[in-house]
Amino acid sequence: MSVEKLIFEKSSAGRRAATFPVLDVPAIDFLPKESRRASALGLPEVSEQDLVRHYTRLSQRNIGIDTQFYPLGSCTMKYNPKVNEDMAARDGFRNIHPYQPDSTVQGALEVLYDMEHWLAEVSGMDAITLQPTAGAQGELTALLVAKAYHDSKGRKPRKVLVPDSSHGTNPASASYCGYIVETVKSLPDGTVDLEDLKPRITEDVACLMMTNPNTVGIFEKDIPTIATWLHAVDAQLYYDGANLNAICGVARPGDMGCDMMHFNVHKTFSTPHGGGGPGSGPIGVKKHLLPFMPVPRVTRQDGHYALDYSQPQSIGRIRTFYGNFGIIVRGLVYLKSFGGDGMAEIGKQAVLNANYLLALLKDTFHSPYGDRCMHEFVLSLTDFKKKNDVSALDVAKRLADYGYHAPTVYFPLIVPEAIMIEPVETESKETLDAFAETLKKIMLEDPAVLHAAPVNTPVGRLDEVGAARNPIVRWQP
Amino acid sequence: MLQAIGVASIDDLFMSIPPALRLKKKLDLPLHLTEMELKDEFQRLSTQNLSSGKLDIYLGAGVYDHYSPSVIRHLLNRSEFYTSYTPYQPEMTQGVLQAIFEYQSCICGLTGMDVSNASLYEGGHAMAEACLMAKAKTGRNRIVLSAGTHPEYVQVLKTYTFNLETEVVLAPLAADGKTDLKALQALVDEKTAAVVVSNPNFFGVLEDGQAFADAAHAKGALCIAVVEPVSLALVKSPGEFGADIACGEGQSLGISPSFGGPYLGFLAAKMALVRQMPGRICGQTTDNRGQRGFVLTLQTREQHIRREKANSNICTNQTLLAIAATIYLGAVGPQGLTEVATQGAQKAHYLAGELAKIKGVKLSYSGAWMNEFTVDLGKDSGPVLDALQAKGILGGVALSRFYPERKNEILVAVTEVKKKAQLDKYAAALKEVLA
Repeated sequence: MSVEKLIFEKSSAGRRAATFPVLDVPAIDFLPKESRRASALGLPEVSEQDLVRHYTRLSQRNIGIDTQFYPLGSCTMKYNPKVNEDMAARDGFRNIHPYQPDSTVQGALEVLYDMEHWLAEVSGMDAITLQPTAGAQGELTALLVAKAYHDSKGRKPRKVLVPDSSHGTNPASASYCGYIVETVKSLPDGTVDLEDLKPRITEDVACLMMTNPNTVGIFEKDIPTIATWLHAVDAQLYYDGANLNAICGVARPGDMGCDMMHFNVHKTFSTPHGGGGPGSGPIGVKKHLLPFMPVPRVTRQDGHYALDYSQPQSIGRIRTFYGNFGIIVRGLVYLKSFGGDGMAEIGKQAVLNANYLLALLKDTFHSPYGDRCMHEFVLSLTDFKKKNDVSALDVAKRLADYGYHAPTVYFPLIVPEAIMIEPVETESKETLDAFAETLKKIMLEDPAVLHAAPVNTPVGRLDEVGAARNPIVRWQP
Repeated sequence: MLQAIGVASIDDLFMSIPPALRLKKKLDLPLHLTEMELKDEFQRLSTQNLSSGKLDIYLGAGVYDHYSPSVIRHLLNRSEFYTSYTPYQPEMTQGVLQAIFEYQSCICGLTGMDVSNASLYEGGHAMAEACLMAKAKTGRNRIVLSAGTHPEYVQVLKTYTFNLETEVVLAPLAADGKTDLKALQALVDEKTAAVVVSNPNFFGVLEDGQAFADAAHAKGALCIAVVEPVSLALVKSPGEFGADIACGEGQSLGISPSFGGPYLGFLAAKMALVRQMPGRICGQTTDNRGQRGFVLTLQTREQHIRREKANSNICTNQTLLAIAATIYLGAVGPQGLTEVATQGAQKAHYLAGELAKIKGVKLSYSGAWMNEFTVDLGKDSGPVLDALQAKGILGGVALSRFYPERKNEILVAVTEVKKKAQLDKYAAALKEVLA
């Protein structure tokens, strides 16, 4: 395969794609000399055709849900319906400014208000804010809400508890906003070790962050007990919504005793992940936390929608404006396409697909958490590693040769040589069958072939250590 | 499928959820809609909004209505880009990685910095992260900003730091609209982690970036520059005036206003600060065939490796918007960007001149500015803006939105998309309203 040059390497002075009409007002000298830029801009100069060819070719060096099965565990890579894109692209949504008077953006405010209602009903929470831009920012927002709540009671708990199977963002968000992080052990069955947890729950605990089903795909059935323990010391139970897809329409975090949670609209509600964003990470809370939610709040009175900034106990703003509006539109289209009557199909089909794929693979691979799962499952390749020196990474790379995106590997950290597979509900039985066949076939291949993989991709295995040791992070002439 | 699993029904797969936790009631939500019905519903919602096609909009305050060439939407609609995840497996995602590398190169070029990350959420978040970088690097707790900082950015910073023992102080503006440098210098001390300049500032006025950098460096603090990327075609870059970190909102690079998001936070810094930099960074390397390739690099800064010891919690960022900005910059090139910046500024100055001819109207500040200016209407701006709206013009952002005492002033932004006839229409309408 040929290397695709950088756009800068296709540049030639004086070329350009976009042109602008002649200036139709008198030109004056508005910029004082001392404010003027002297250095070159360092931008490429290319024709429109070269620009189109370049980025089209780059796109062809990338795989997405539209081109390949993408069983990336914990990421819920479900099909992104095209109607979502069309609706978000409507002029009345794209070309409105966030500071327009409320009277000129009633439709946009209704979208926000409506989305809050849908998320509250699906989750069983009392109030929603759509402001957080991504899941991690949702976590941070919720932890700050908890902080403000405890402050209001004159309490200063310092600790946040996280299970050892949790997503990295949980402990990172907690320490990022000034909490001490304490890790809770898991049992061999993958659930939180209640004996390890109980003594840790003291008056000094602000919050426990749980993912349910957890990251190994097991439902934490003791969650109501855990909630009771936490509430006895006025600590908050946080629900990490990364795995909400498993229970969507079947069970609700709000009914499990959770006080606050985030949603990943870009996972559960099908908005595309954009190669690493934009996402949208709304949070939901129970009533007692409502006064501390970020401003503005969207209100409805006599059929008129408005933004309300008068929340004296609010933590303030977590970002500018009102959230990733364009993503929220897409998420709302998706939710409405299922409706109250169809919501349970999401969770049910996701769990069916995951269990089916696990059934196809459990005799070939070690499944540390048994033969049932929720929406995803984790396999361990320790046996292959010992026997053939074949690692989870080798298998991930080899899958690319057969036209699949890799599952998540080496996560969660508690499983050695982990492969985490989330097949999602939108995939057909035929796709799952073919994937399982391929995976089994790969395990019979010569280990040398796996070590050399991938060979059918635009580039072969890349030197990540070298990249970090000698960072080249920009093009230079 | 059920047979292969060994269960009788799908419900059997949910046995691990205790019955008391299963949803029994019907969700209080309407019935599902088909695609045709969805289109009706979202047409109803979207047409209730008055977009820039229906009104002449002069709102800015950090979000600008620039022309976005057709090529951008066409290329962004390549679903190999938009339906992919964060590029954890680089051999499968070279397209996104190379585009990020090109984005980082463009941002470094514009700002005069050494290293850029792959994007942050939006401008306010980028400024907050920049301040946290400075805190981490210096081990100090005080952040000195200008009163000319976007008020929502200051709010975001305060929210981000409210459990982190951080002192946020604002230096006042002088009568010309630039930061009072004497007052600024007096606020910068040995506990100061960062001195933050917004250029142009929230009121549109250009600042003396060099003075901020000097004030910071004199006390061992870092200088953070919050900049508007289109203006960088003409205005001295953060690198040129000695800033250590440059950040801001990238929406003006071909991204639609979309009622506040999704946008693009950009963040770039001197190489000495790379370990403190949050988020994804793409680096160049080679593959086992000797070819150039790209990977996410320096990941030992990040949450998925370092958990509670990570330098930030950011995971998902705004990659697709970074790609949009890169394609925009490729489409306009250095000449086009210069033209966009120049035309906006010229048209804004023309409009300001016409408005200032109206009795009772005057510019609030004498300092130099680009394409946004603060104007005093001589009377309460609320009814004036309402009257303009009735004539199809959103004349500006009322400063009272952020500063209740500034009742008479509005912030007006003009970009290259406005024609002289529209500017004349605005001036005539305001004259009529104020008469």
